[in-house]
Amino acid sequence: MNHWPFIIAAYGLTGLGSVGVVLWSYIAMRKAEKAAGSLERDR
Amino acid sequence: MHAYANPARFLKLARPLTPVFLIVGIALVLFGSFAGLFMTPPDYLQGDSVRIMYIHVPAAWLGMGGWSGIAIASIVQLVWRHPLAGVAARAIAVPGALFTAICLVTGSIWGRPTWGTWWEWDGRMTSMLVLLFLYIGYVALANASDERTSVSRATAIFGIVGAVNLPIINRSVVWWNSLHQKSSITLKGSTIAPELLWPLAPTVIGFTLLFAAVVLMRMRANLAEAKLEARMRRMAAA
Repeated sequence: MNHWPFIIAAYGLTGLGSVGVVLWSYIAMRKAEKAAGSLERDR
Repeated sequence: MHAYANPARFLKLARPLTPVFLIVGIALVLFGSFAGLFMTPPDYLQGDSVRIMYIHVPAAWLGMGGWSGIAIASIVQLVWRHPLAGVAARAIAVPGALFTAICLVTGSIWGRPTWGTWWEWDGRMTSMLVLLFLYIGYVALANASDERTSVSRATAIFGIVGAVNLPIINRSVVWWNSLHQKSSITLKGSTIAPELLWPLAPTVIGFTLLFAAVVLMRMRANLAEAKLEARMRRMAAA
């Protein structure tokens, strides 16, 4: 049995999940910090 | 520990650490994965499928380590009322659930060519699935409250009680018959051949740093949102 399709699927899903959670967290952080910062400047 | 009870002091440390953890983590994961895929020999018994180990083991470590973090943060929140403990526990939950899911999926994919089955209701796999359900329950409980800088008392207790599952996962391969192998890496050493083992160190450390960076980013987002909400409330009241 050729194992490489299984290996590619496992690495692909792990890569997608990791990149997804990093991007989601980064965007949420940037958005929240930008909003908090702009309100601070408006005071 | 209480020195970092002040969010401003915590942020002063978290801001420079986030990119360092992220960049070093990504570099180590890429290097370890490349080494695991192309620089190690196939296992004499499992063949090439053993290469899934370099992502499956870090995912399992982070799934269990994540819940350990939630349990410790919950104790710190309930006992010492540390203001950032709830923020940390909340921030760990989603990446912890993700890596538990990755562990289950990569384990299932690894199982098909190795055991001839995608899934078996044995102790290890079932207790790991229970951990995923615990994470989902924790996220739902934590999100039930609008409070960003803490989690409810019930959520914190759930975080502590859920830790009962961790020793069950760890001992499941000893207590019950399982397709899953016994622990290959213990405090006494490793039963894995050194030429197969070495890329595991960069992927475990790399994914751990990546996880830490994600937790810091989620904590920073929650703190900024809480700050924004507090200011809006003050403005509305004025």
